[in-house]
Amino acid sequence: MKRLLAVFIARNKEFLRDRAALGWNLLFPVFIVAGFAFAFSGEPAPLYKVGVTAEAPHDGFYTTPHVQFIVVDDVAAAITKVERHRLDLLVDPAGGRYWVNDESPRGQLLERLLLAGDGAALHKESVSGRIIRYVDWLIPGVLGMNIMFSALYGVGFVIVRYRKNGVLKRLKATPLSAIEFLAAQVASRLWLILAVTSVVFFGTHLFVGFAMYGTYLALFAAFAMGTVCMISMGLVIAARIASEELAEGLLNLISWPMMFLSGVWFSLEGTHPAVQQLAKIFPLTHMIEAARAVMIDGASLAAIAPQLGVLLAMTAVFLAIGARLFRWE
Amino acid sequence: MSALIEVDNLVKHYQGVRAVDGISFTIARGTCFGLLGPNGAGKTTTVEMLEGIKEPTAGSIRYKGEPLGAQFRREAGIMFQSTALQEFITVRETLRMFSRLYDRSVPLQTLIDSCALHSFLDRDTRKLSGGQRQRLLLAIALVNDPDVVFLDEPTTGLDPQARRMLWELVRSIKARGKTVLLTTHYMEEAYELCDEIIIMDQGRIIAQGSPDDLLARHFHDVVLQLPRDDYAAAAVALELKALDCGDSVEILTSEVSATVQQLLAAGVSLDRLRIRARTLDDLFLELTGKELRP
Repeated sequence: MKRLLAVFIARNKEFLRDRAALGWNLLFPVFIVAGFAFAFSGEPAPLYKVGVTAEAPHDGFYTTPHVQFIVVDDVAAAITKVERHRLDLLVDPAGGRYWVNDESPRGQLLERLLLAGDGAALHKESVSGRIIRYVDWLIPGVLGMNIMFSALYGVGFVIVRYRKNGVLKRLKATPLSAIEFLAAQVASRLWLILAVTSVVFFGTHLFVGFAMYGTYLALFAAFAMGTVCMISMGLVIAARIASEELAEGLLNLISWPMMFLSGVWFSLEGTHPAVQQLAKIFPLTHMIEAARAVMIDGASLAAIAPQLGVLLAMTAVFLAIGARLFRWE
Repeated sequence: MSALIEVDNLVKHYQGVRAVDGISFTIARGTCFGLLGPNGAGKTTTVEMLEGIKEPTAGSIRYKGEPLGAQFRREAGIMFQSTALQEFITVRETLRMFSRLYDRSVPLQTLIDSCALHSFLDRDTRKLSGGQRQRLLLAIALVNDPDVVFLDEPTTGLDPQARRMLWELVRSIKARGKTVLLTTHYMEEAYELCDEIIIMDQGRIIAQGSPDDLLARHFHDVVLQLPRDDYAAAAVALELKALDCGDSVEILTSEVSATVQQLLAAGVSLDRLRIRARTLDDLFLELTGKELRP
């Protein structure tokens, strides 16, 4: 424990004193959020989204151009989306009902179209709720992306550099065990990432004022579990490689698809099912999903348990592989 | 003196290359043991196997009669040839971190005094000069009050003053009864510091003994150095063992008086004659046929 602590403290100092890296970690997400808050401060993009509880017939209202029809499985979740203005309308043709948000102009417009078409017989269910802006939706994604980069590069790249320049060789010649060394790296990176994320979260909140409906405990659990998972992923990459170039290539190969396919920038709803399946292999997808559920839908800790469970399982697999493959040299 | 480290028939292969090809030797407690050889002779591979960093392909290494293990890692101090230190950390913090990795450690102040680290104690490790850096690496090697200290080319790239300072430190380590294993390119260094040396070439030991013994065993002659201009055409007729060394000529002889008289008789001016004893450099060149390159 004394040895673990010694390496932990040294690693913390190294990170905190590297002003360039620290500044990048803090400012990068703030710039992105500020940029998007500015870019999307006007009206949302003019694409209408309608949820349908079963496969929609291909005629009448269901062929309206510029409207995306999405088949929903979970009606309760879809209703919440209507409340949050993320679905403009929800139709249940079999049940003879539809849901619309009375505060949503887009919803009102689509309702007119529905009633003018073949929906005249449907029963109206009114819901209400504040609009979720793109920036509210984006914040969990950007925080998650920042965590991913910091975890993968901060652990993966740093250990490879230590191996290449001989820091690891020097430590190998001491009584420090591999497990103690790896645990110190994980612990150091975990608390630094959570501290940086907290600063970015509250700092951004000051000038963008995004939605936060859930509890901080649940959000902390989502980010902490996701961070541990992605640090473990970094350990697998760093287990043996001694070339910084190769490590960088591999890290890019993993982090870029994750950034685009884990729902950081746009929702995966309505994308090809294969893409949605592929996205599930990325830890970032599950972390962002959990964080969004907490922040936007006010999900409780119990409600995000499935995502936390997946992250925990992935962490166990990554740690087992990482510890087994690890070589000092 | 009892053996601290016993090496028996050590072999290391790298993809078909026999880097170390069955070497055996014993390092006695309290001595300074030198490992010499040209680049690629297998010195560093040998030392890294002794340090427990590399696994031998075959053969055995025993420390205090036991295979290398936890006890060895606690009691060994190692100064690698090239070690990067964690960046953004000061000299003092680096020492503190390493001392916490051991259960037994020397008080930091003792290390700071003995390795003369005062003047740059709070400096970032990236901003040290070559000599300062080597002194810090030596201090790290001594942090656990080791019984055996490994120094892999500790003075390569240092200026003469920094080198002499490091030699003094190594002597003080020896004076405290520690065993030292030193690899070096500098024969002068081995001569100054080592009680026993082995010279390696192509993975094998080609000579072993104390520096003076080795010299006495291999050389019975001295070197007479003359500027080439003075060693005139007249002298060519003399049947002397002479080596052409650029601007000067080196004559090897075991009978100095007779040779000097021969040269005088041939009309060679001896005003600029220099006589030197044979050194480990000569021995090294004779045994390996290779130049020593730092």
